[in-house]
Amino acid sequence: MSEQIIERPVPADGPTAKAPDPGGKPERVASLWRDGWYDLRRRPMFLISGFIIVCLLILAVAPGLFTSRSPFSDGFCDLSHSMDGPRSGHWFGYDVQGCDIYTRTVWGTRNSIIVGVVSTILTTALGGVIGILAGLWGGWADSLISRVSEIFYALPILIGGLLIMSMVGSSNVWTVAVVLSVLGWPQVFRIMRGEVIGNKYNDYVAAARALGAGPLRIAFRHILPNTLAPIVVVSTMNLGVYIAAEASLSYLGIGVQSPDISWGLMISDAQDRWLTSPHALLFPAGALSLTVLAFIMLGDVVRDAFDPKLR
Amino acid sequence: MTIIEDAVPAPRGSDEETAPLLEVRDLHVEFHTREGVAKAVNGVNYTVSAGETLAVLGESGSGKSVTAQAVMGILDMPPARIPRGEILFRGQDMLKMSREERRKIRGAQIAMIFQDALSALNPVLTVGYQLGEMFRVHNGMSRKDAKARSIELMDRVKIPAAAARVNDYPHQFSGGMRQRIMIAMALALEPDLIIADEPTTALDVTVQAQVMDLLAELQREYQMGLILITHDLGVVADVADKIAVMYAGRIVETAPVHELYKRPAHPYTRGLLDSIPRLDQKGQELYAIKGLPPNLLHIPAGCAFNARCPKAQDICREKVPALFPVTEPDGTELPGRGSACHFWKETIHG
Amino acid sequence: MAEPIAKDIPADATPNVSEVEVVDAATEEEAVVALDAPVERGEPILQVRNLVKHFPLTQGIVIKRQIGAVKAVDGVSFDLHQGETLGIVGESGCGKSTVAKLLMNLERATSGEVFYKGQDITKLSGRALKAVRRNIQMIFQDPYTSLNPRMTVGDIVGEPYEIHPEVAPKGDRRRKVQELLDVVGLNPEHINRYPHQFSGGQRQRIGIARGLALNPEVIICDEPVSALDVSVQAQVINLMEQLQDEFNLSYIFIAHDLSIVRHISDRVGVMYLGRMAEIGSDEQIYEHPTHPYTQALLSAVPVPDPEAREQRERIILTGDVPSPANPPSGCRFRTRCWKAQDKCSEEVPLLAIPERFKGADTPAAHESACHFAEEKDVVHA
Repeated sequence: MSEQIIERPVPADGPTAKAPDPGGKPERVASLWRDGWYDLRRRPMFLISGFIIVCLLILAVAPGLFTSRSPFSDGFCDLSHSMDGPRSGHWFGYDVQGCDIYTRTVWGTRNSIIVGVVSTILTTALGGVIGILAGLWGGWADSLISRVSEIFYALPILIGGLLIMSMVGSSNVWTVAVVLSVLGWPQVFRIMRGEVIGNKYNDYVAAARALGAGPLRIAFRHILPNTLAPIVVVSTMNLGVYIAAEASLSYLGIGVQSPDISWGLMISDAQDRWLTSPHALLFPAGALSLTVLAFIMLGDVVRDAFDPKLR
Repeated sequence: MTIIEDAVPAPRGSDEETAPLLEVRDLHVEFHTREGVAKAVNGVNYTVSAGETLAVLGESGSGKSVTAQAVMGILDMPPARIPRGEILFRGQDMLKMSREERRKIRGAQIAMIFQDALSALNPVLTVGYQLGEMFRVHNGMSRKDAKARSIELMDRVKIPAAAARVNDYPHQFSGGMRQRIMIAMALALEPDLIIADEPTTALDVTVQAQVMDLLAELQREYQMGLILITHDLGVVADVADKIAVMYAGRIVETAPVHELYKRPAHPYTRGLLDSIPRLDQKGQELYAIKGLPPNLLHIPAGCAFNARCPKAQDICREKVPALFPVTEPDGTELPGRGSACHFWKETIHG
Repeated sequence: MAEPIAKDIPADATPNVSEVEVVDAATEEEAVVALDAPVERGEPILQVRNLVKHFPLTQGIVIKRQIGAVKAVDGVSFDLHQGETLGIVGESGCGKSTVAKLLMNLERATSGEVFYKGQDITKLSGRALKAVRRNIQMIFQDPYTSLNPRMTVGDIVGEPYEIHPEVAPKGDRRRKVQELLDVVGLNPEHINRYPHQFSGGQRQRIGIARGLALNPEVIICDEPVSALDVSVQAQVINLMEQLQDEFNLSYIFIAHDLSIVRHISDRVGVMYLGRMAEIGSDEQIYEHPTHPYTQALLSAVPVPDPEAREQRERIILTGDVPSPANPPSGCRFRTRCWKAQDKCSEEVPLLAIPERFKGADTPAAHESACHFAEEKDVVHA
């Protein structure tokens, strides 16, 4: 399967020639994951995006390491500094409320990462499980689930967001994550279902059935491990996509609400005055772009390393 | 390991008058992979004349297909590389030609038939369109003329009701019919040389026989040279004039077809012949060549077959055997015969 | 418990296969016990009666309508005796691989029975079916897709013990797996390697080791060597023969390579378009074929002997195999047969000893489904 493509001394003549010397010394145990990891470590794009993401994670977990102020403490904002530009000690300047933009940008990382990670976990779990079930059951159950997934797939994110917000009443980072998951699972579902169907007719599944293996063993031992690579790739890409989506929703006022901090919200606040004081827009927008870029870049290299079809 | 002691040119066919159509000289092909350099072809020599059928016989990884792809000029480079060798077509080295010159030869003068006709044909175009494309691109024919020629060709390869089926798509044909379409495409521009890479391997025996007969008949009629690449000793016996047996990227034995089956002069050939069961008699236990073909990343020193050979001695592990000319015990030359075995005398004369 | 039953046999079935001694197990418990009963050498262990598998052809996406059926297997009957190898040959689409799947219960038969030690396994489920699986195992064609690429060799060969823990206690399994690897000629130390680290022939050995793990009595081999190189084929064939003697196995050997089938088989059945055309001992089929299809098939096999080749008569069939969704009436081979007459399109020929050879002491007296069966030697010069 996928691994056979990795070593390819003689493409036309088939794989027999690739047999390792049977008497040779024990060589490194190759598997898709190992080969992918080996491949990844040699890509500069991976190292760059990985470094940025590690920094972002530290920012999200411990913003206090990077700024001594807390944006939620009393007296953090000082209206007398409203829209002041960057200066010593306040490198990013102040926003319209007179709050320090650097501190707010640092603290805003957390919400972006939370939305990205939570939405990705939820969509992967939801889409993955439903995809396995639909792929294995087949028949009318599969048809039904597929049609339902298409309804969610067709729903625009904005309308979905408004709808759920009006149902819940208020919205914060968690509701945003739920909205994105509810609307995003069909993507993972489709890939998972396709992979399961593609794998369930393989001879090794037939071999397991011939041995008397039950459906659980077939699903978890034989089908699932062979479907994970594309799911991992899509999920990595989705991290960046969901972070951007959160910013969009917050920007439009149906995401994270003030006084909670979000880059999207900061951009929205700053847009009216961006000609006179561009710094208020530039720094949160830059942070957002860098974050999304890092995750998309990671997804891209992960795909190159793990998607056997691209090898 | 760059020993090329077998640079002795392959023994010529009996007819010295006809200059060979194709001559491959000391061809080397290697693949650069993450694990190292895989030496797929290590000094191959052969010639094909007009009207002659050369069968290249070998197992997976023997380099038989890679050699053909190098001749055809369809190797992916990289990862493949041709560090040394000449491929002379009508005396001109194709490896020195420009891309454009080679492209003109491909299809018009050398054509190829692949094993898997279904994947070699475009599924979204009708077979008539794909056949006609050859004429439109190479000869600048009009659409209408091209279609008429396509129907003619389909008739030639004995596709029933050709005029009615010219607008069908590849998947609407059976495996045997698709292979006939491939043959028609190869014949379209009346090439001088056809390379058929396992043309009947994917087909059923009864269909296999039909397709092989057709190919042989057309070859005789057009006086083409034919290189038949196969692993099937039975198919070879059917149509070939001479055989080159390949192992680990080298030709280990060459012989006219009747001679090879009667008196193999290389232990590998002998082993292959002994390891296939017979249709016409119930045999005892099969002879099995022990071990596996070598890893092309680490071809053993000396004769590549030494680890699997019942006759191997120290010399076999040290010195690469050249393709020695094979003679009768009294020294009479056997035209066209060669064996890359230090002990070919013992092998052929028992 | 055992009582012979008379069966209602349709016109196109085999009239002269032996009657099956059906074991009537009332409970699953009894069924499981009956499966462990020993079978004498040469006695039937697997009896296939009138096996049919039709794959429905449907149209429509939401509401599916059946518009026809691919008649992959359409009334096949034969016996497999303990200790023998029954070869099944035929071209692609003749239904031989579907027969394998039906015997393994990987596909549900449309109708017909498969009796293993007198119990119809097409009707079994639950514990009894699992017990049957222990006794009937399969070796697959493609050594590249039949091994899970994410599992080590140890996991693959040891999986049968995880599914049937009663066969080997936990602590014993690793040793057993290593023994099996040794038996099939692999290095037992390679237990932690992944399938792609092996060549095709070695992978097929892994598949064989997996098939042997549960000590089965019957092994269904679906084209076990057709994906392998010639020199490796011989190794695997020899291994299979040696294992048959060692473990007292019965094989059903499905292949399209007639030379290999002759080599390994005691009896051979020739299938064409979902039906059995001819069945008999290897000598009867290869030296004295009476069905025109068998004769054409044998004559088309390329023989690695140019001289014998030139002297052999060859029957080149015209045309292609008809679609199994729409098979010809009467004899299915009649559209390509040079002997076909009106009778062949009207009347289905029974798989029986032809009238003219009945009672005669000749190897031609074996079951052949042809109205005009006559002997013809096509394999010799």
